[in-house]
Amino acid sequence: MSVVDQGLANAGTGKGKPNRLTRNLMSKIAALPMIMTAMVVFVGCTIWTIVYSFTSSRLLPKENFVGLDQYERLWGSSRWLISIQNLVWYGVCSLILTLVIGFTLAALLDRKIRFENAFRSIFLFPFALSFIVTGLVWQWILNPDYGVQGVVRGWGWESFSFDPLYNPDIVIFGILIAGIWQGSGLIMCIMLAGLRGIDEDIWKAARVDGIGTVKTYLVIIIPMMRPVFITSLVLIAAGIIKLYDLVVAQTSGGPGLASQVPAMYVYDYMFKAQNLGQGFAASTMMLLSVVIILIPYIYLQIRGNKNG
Amino acid sequence: MKLTTKLLAATAIVSASAASAVELEVTHWWTSGGEAAAVTKFAEAWNATGNTWLDGAIAGSGGTARPIIISRILGGDPMAATQLNHGRQSEELIEAGLMLDLTDVAEAGGWKDIVNPPALLDACTLDGKIYCVPVNIHSAQWLWLSHAAYEKAGVAVPSDWNEFVASAPDLEAAGVLPLAMGQQGWQQNLAFGAITIAVAGLDAWRDVTVNKNADTARGPEYTAVFEAVAAARELARGSNVQDWNQATGMVINGQAGAQLMGDWAQGEFSVAQQVEGTDYSCLPGLGLNAILDTGGDAFYFPVNDDPEITAAQKELAALLISPEVQVSFNLAKGSLPVRGDIDMAAANGCMQKGLGILADGGVLPSGDMSLSADTQTQIEDLMVEFWAGDMAAADAQAAYADIIGNAD
Amino acid sequence: MDNAMTGPRGPKPKRRFSRNNIFIYGTLIVVSMYYLLPLYVMVVTSLKGMPEIRMGNVFSPPVEITFEPWVKAWAEACTGINCDGLSRGFWNSVRILIPSVTLSIAVASINGYALSNWKFKGSEVFFNILILGAFIPYQIMLYPIVILLREMGLYGGLWGLVLVHTVFGMPILTLLFRNYFASIPDELFKAARVDGAGFWRIYFQIMMPMALPIFVVAIILQVTGIWNDFLFGVIYTKPDLYPMTVQLNNIVNSVQGVKEYNVNMAATLLTGLVPLIIYFASGKLFVRGIAAGAVKG
Repeated sequence: MSVVDQGLANAGTGKGKPNRLTRNLMSKIAALPMIMTAMVVFVGCTIWTIVYSFTSSRLLPKENFVGLDQYERLWGSSRWLISIQNLVWYGVCSLILTLVIGFTLAALLDRKIRFENAFRSIFLFPFALSFIVTGLVWQWILNPDYGVQGVVRGWGWESFSFDPLYNPDIVIFGILIAGIWQGSGLIMCIMLAGLRGIDEDIWKAARVDGIGTVKTYLVIIIPMMRPVFITSLVLIAAGIIKLYDLVVAQTSGGPGLASQVPAMYVYDYMFKAQNLGQGFAASTMMLLSVVIILIPYIYLQIRGNKNG
Repeated sequence: MKLTTKLLAATAIVSASAASAVELEVTHWWTSGGEAAAVTKFAEAWNATGNTWLDGAIAGSGGTARPIIISRILGGDPMAATQLNHGRQSEELIEAGLMLDLTDVAEAGGWKDIVNPPALLDACTLDGKIYCVPVNIHSAQWLWLSHAAYEKAGVAVPSDWNEFVASAPDLEAAGVLPLAMGQQGWQQNLAFGAITIAVAGLDAWRDVTVNKNADTARGPEYTAVFEAVAAARELARGSNVQDWNQATGMVINGQAGAQLMGDWAQGEFSVAQQVEGTDYSCLPGLGLNAILDTGGDAFYFPVNDDPEITAAQKELAALLISPEVQVSFNLAKGSLPVRGDIDMAAANGCMQKGLGILADGGVLPSGDMSLSADTQTQIEDLMVEFWAGDMAAADAQAAYADIIGNAD
Repeated sequence: MDNAMTGPRGPKPKRRFSRNNIFIYGTLIVVSMYYLLPLYVMVVTSLKGMPEIRMGNVFSPPVEITFEPWVKAWAEACTGINCDGLSRGFWNSVRILIPSVTLSIAVASINGYALSNWKFKGSEVFFNILILGAFIPYQIMLYPIVILLREMGLYGGLWGLVLVHTVFGMPILTLLFRNYFASIPDELFKAARVDGAGFWRIYFQIMMPMALPIFVVAIILQVTGIWNDFLFGVIYTKPDLYPMTVQLNNIVNSVQGVKEYNVNMAATLLTGLVPLIIYFASGKLFVRGIAAGAVKG
């Protein structure tokens, strides 16, 4: 799956030498670290994980195979099911909101405004902070006694209630507020870069045709920015699947199981419960879902390349 | 290795006293106020022998520290000593030959005769060999009561769990939260365990926890347990703190009437300079069953191929269990010493109560020794769900019985 | 491609105080508040004493400014028996940061160059695997990597950790470099080939000097990621090499009596300072680099 290679020129496929092995030899040597990483770390560790997900490994990996037992238990666990549900909610909201906020901010910044640099820095700086820090500060702001709720009540609105981190029904939104705060700046930046790449003539043409500004964005600009959206999508999706630190820092999965996520299930069962097999089974399911999500994209990519 | 260092190391083993100063890295997750004070006693004692204690504290309790500890051991470059809960958690590391055999140290020190209760040493023993040093006894079945809170409510301080439940409406009327409860799974699980032993009685508890009898877990004794826990859940509604010592803090300053917590809460009361009997009370076994479990902390010594370090590891092992260190460490930590032969006159009322129960043989093996970490995590997950939501007691009981039925 | 990145491309607003403008600035200012609020809270809280924190709310400015929490976070906060705060880990973080950033960027830029200019059979397959790797939660890989590092004899030392950072930084960085190099006009490359320049000469003499914006982006991403890393630092090294985030975790997670929010916030700010400074200092270059690395291709 290559992310943004529309029209990627088949740049300089080193010409001249006919021998297949020695052709581009230096390139192959230079790419060795990448090949090793891809094959040994990513492929190797993934296969290792999948193999051991069929064992009853506890604290240490062992080769006592138990078939699909770990998977049966996984799908019978209410915590796992809740985790998936939470991640789907978080994922959908986070994806939509991050894209919308990122694009809107980028579009506003692109309106030839003053202080663009200042605004951009403000939107981007949270990205420099770790999830642990992000979780901590938002936990503090959302604290019902000292934070937003306390302040509004202090103004005299006694019945005001805003305690997302303590209310199981909305806790996932409490995490969302922090997640978007941290991550939307980067997406804004990418979108802004995409907008800057759009030819001025497009705008002129749209104005000549009398198309409104908003409509121009929706109908003309956004479809032109497909690669930008895809890059953003990949970055956001990778972050969603890996969601872990933020939840740990903000709620540790609580109240109850209301903000549990799959990566936390994996971590807890691998290290706290010392049931490696169960943790590996859960991570295999996570990998599988990634692959399923990516297959349509890869398919499109291949077809696109053939047609192009 | 050079010949001279080899010789040095050899003499160190022979004389069993480190001639040269050795730096030992020790990993643990003791970072709260009382805990840090206690671990300092170890470090001071070790540094006093001319060696150096390199502290590797990782905050965030076992869940954060354990993968780090195990990675280090697996990675072949282990720390010299590490805290681990003994019992079933470390079996596999021992079986894999990654832990140092301490049998000779134990024999030289006569551990078999001095460690009380003997179950502690059994938990360190695998195939007749000893692999860890128990350093303290912790029991989880304690109810801590705030005198300030009861003064506010104008009722007498309860003397057992039932009285406490009865007094709850008065506390609420006075604006005091009856039960402080940190919103973390292990604390909710601990409360469940404490109530279980108090309400279900020993026989039922043993049948479920040790024999893993799911039928007993479905039986009437456990129905009573789950109803009691459901009642406790209502008493703890509105407790928004996370960490256990924040909950203890609520008891200390009278915001909450009581907390179910292990004896380590003692350390927080000591740090706050509260006096047992006038500022707070403690009820082992919740005042119902004079029984404590005997969990606790132990130190393991990963195998090291440097003989100099191995010798120092053994020296440290012997030091941790020596009488003076046991007294100073346990006084600071609020836990009970593992030796039956030392004078704990300096201990306060709560610890004396615990020592008394221990002397009378009112001990249970801890859950750590009977249930695997896997089973405990599942029970903890269930408890988290139960305490936070509105799950019916009967549903929780059924789920619990299933977990026990599948326990290994 | 530089000319595309020079300025705003939207239509020119007609008047200064048109309704449109008020709407744009209004929205931006309101949204800015959402982004700035946590920073404000961190700063304000870190300058208050504990009694004041308990009395007031998180947003009220400090009545009495105190730098005590900062001093404590930097030099006095205890974890276990060590009471020397964050200062203990700061230089370790620097020691980890510099080689990790250098190596990971060097490797990734060469990858990207090979992938865009010197494609070989299967190169795209490896690249796609690499991108898939970006989706794998790190936690899953902890043990296998422990075993790999042990077999390589690198476990527990600085270089083992550097290698881990290089590996996990590789997917996104390679993607950025590959896209960037692909956007450089082909003619340059062909001309160099005709002149007889080889793989390395083209890289060092032509490609690298042209790739400054994307190097800036890569440096920023890596500095942020590596400086903020806690898990790898603590799992693959020993206490004498623990980065600053380990102390941060210990300060934040170990409660000695009351939770000292002011010290937590000061510690948080101190830890975030290095990446923050780099962000604000790099300014426009970041957007330009992102534009070239993530958008083109």
